Amino acid sequence: MLQAHSVTVIPDRAQAPILTDASISVRPGELHALLGPNGAGKSTLFGVLAGDIAPTRGEVTLNGTPLSAHKPKDLARVRGVLLQQNTVTFPFTAREVVAMGRVPWARTPEEDDDDDAIDEAMAKTDVLALADRTVTSLSGGERARVALARVLAQRTRLLLLDEPTAALDLRHHEEVLQIARAEADNGAAVAVVLHDLDAALAVADHVTLLARGHVVAQGPAREVLTADRIEEVYGQAVDVLSHPSTGDPIIVPRRAARRRLAAAPGR
Amino acid sequence: MTTDTATEAAALAPAPPSTPAPTHMTQPATQPPQPQPRAQQKRQPQPQPRTKPRRHGTARLVAVIVALSLALIATVVFSLGIGQYSLSPTEVIGVLLQGVGIDNSWAPSTSTAHAVLLEIRLPRIVLGLLVGAALAAAGVLMQAIFGNPLADAAVVGVSSGAALGAAASLSLGLVTFGIWTTPLWAFIGGLVAVFTVYGISRSGGKTEVVTLLLTGIAVNAIAGAGLGFMTFLGDSSSREQIVFWQLGSLNGALWQNIALITPLVLCGLLVSLLVSKRLDLFALGERTARHLGVRVEVLRIVVIVTVALLVCAAVAFAGIIAFVGLVVPHLMRMIIGPAHLPLMITSILGGALLLAGADLIARTAVPMADLPIGMITAVVGGPFFLWLLVRTRRTSGGWG
Repeated sequence: MLQAHSVTVIPDRAQAPILTDASISVRPGELHALLGPNGAGKSTLFGVLAGDIAPTRGEVTLNGTPLSAHKPKDLARVRGVLLQQNTVTFPFTAREVVAMGRVPWARTPEEDDDDDAIDEAMAKTDVLALADRTVTSLSGGERARVALARVLAQRTRLLLLDEPTAALDLRHHEEVLQIARAEADNGAAVAVVLHDLDAALAVADHVTLLARGHVVAQGPAREVLTADRIEEVYGQAVDVLSHPSTGDPIIVPRRAARRRLAAAPGR
Repeated sequence: MTTDTATEAAALAPAPPSTPAPTHMTQPATQPPQPQPRAQQKRQPQPQPRTKPRRHGTARLVAVIVALSLALIATVVFSLGIGQYSLSPTEVIGVLLQGVGIDNSWAPSTSTAHAVLLEIRLPRIVLGLLVGAALAAAGVLMQAIFGNPLADAAVVGVSSGAALGAAASLSLGLVTFGIWTTPLWAFIGGLVAVFTVYGISRSGGKTEVVTLLLTGIAVNAIAGAGLGFMTFLGDSSSREQIVFWQLGSLNGALWQNIALITPLVLCGLLVSLLVSKRLDLFALGERTARHLGVRVEVLRIVVIVTVALLVCAAVAFAGIIAFVGLVVPHLMRMIIGPAHLPLMITSILGGALLLAGADLIARTAVPMADLPIGMITAVVGGPFFLWLLVRTRRTSGGWG
């Protein structure tokens, strides 16, 4: 559905590329996680996929046609984008913000579904109770969920989510991952930038691991995320354990045992 | 733990039939089975009444529009009647009706009444309405594209730029475009100023309040220096005119000038109303606005040119009237919320009303004197600005 072909990005007045020769394919029914340490080029690749950053070399195609050949309005009916920054300048209510996700469908037959789409998206992200609150009065996590509801209300076949779980508490973190998973299971193509490797193991079909602007590995989550590769890319030793009841792999950073603390009361 | 959640979900399940089938309740059924049943039960949405778009919002909007329109008509009629030669409201309406060709018995028979009303007071009030509407609309537009509630034509220097353009045409004796010369130069001055401010104060699709205001100070200073130079260059009559511009005044409104700026203002207001809905999406930031199908670059240029058009029309014959674009949209936003289409409609009416009221005060506060209207709006707007600062600092820790 959405493909990047050997994309290289060299920012203005910079000599070194911040993204080199990256190729990626986001397919319908698949959740594709973009992983990598800070500064690996995840956000750049995300920006290229979203059409915000024009690649210096290579191109991005949507259903076979270059991204730049699509009209903004047509694109908005095909793909929803959630950015990390979701500040809202004026005190719109949460519902008004979610309703903005329906703007691309104005004056189309789908316009009749506006209320349903808004309510459904707000229910999924658990923000119905916030509907009449102004977004400027919400906490960071609440605002992030309202923003996700706005993207879901857009009802697109392609979703690009940049760290959708970053500001969220444990329960909402989990819920948002499951929402992304459910969208993919319903046939949407989903690309998600994630920091949490466990989350990627749990929900992603496919992962792209980036480091220093290069794609280091690409493939099914369990094949890519091995202890050796993670240590090599992140510079942090980890153990990949298996969950005591489900047997699913879990990634745990290797830490020194907390002996001193445990010993303290005995002294 | 597991059984608890299960019973909770079971207890919730019979709820839908009893309530009038909120659509979101059907949601989980459309999702495919999850590998982890526990997680799915947790995600079951709580049965909440479906959120309706706020209906009272429209009722309130209509009420505000009706109230503003009535207040506007009342102010205009009252203002037309008051002055050295005073007329009752019925007499005013009589003359106005006669003016548009409807004969009636309310109109006084003296020709003085007609002359005073139609040649002196009416053009002045009409100019005030046009200028007020234009400045308020320009304020809404600028606040939307700067993503900043403090943007105002006078504060950021667009008005001074337009005044400098107009003053230059006068002092340098330019007559290139006939009667259009002054508005055209005002437009060029305003356009240069607004592009300068926009280009310098924005970064990453956002404008920091401090940067915007500092840019405004700089642009105002440059325009002020230019105006000073034009005052120095000009002859005594153009000097008087320039001082006049700096203070802002509706005195000396002529029908021919009004005929000149009316199409500009109407055109600007029309564009303002047409782009309003899309301006809502700017509140999410430019990248997101683009992702939602807005042609950000095109809209930005359209809005900037419209701002310059509205401000030049306002400044060309009335000078710098500050704070209208700041006070009016702010008040309206408090009453009806930030959605731009209703905000634009009510701000246009509110701006016209504010200037009609300010002009009434300017003409009548001191007997036998005509105070500059820019002074009146600044007397109201300055304290309002301070109040905004204090309020924002109290509620959200101030601006950047």
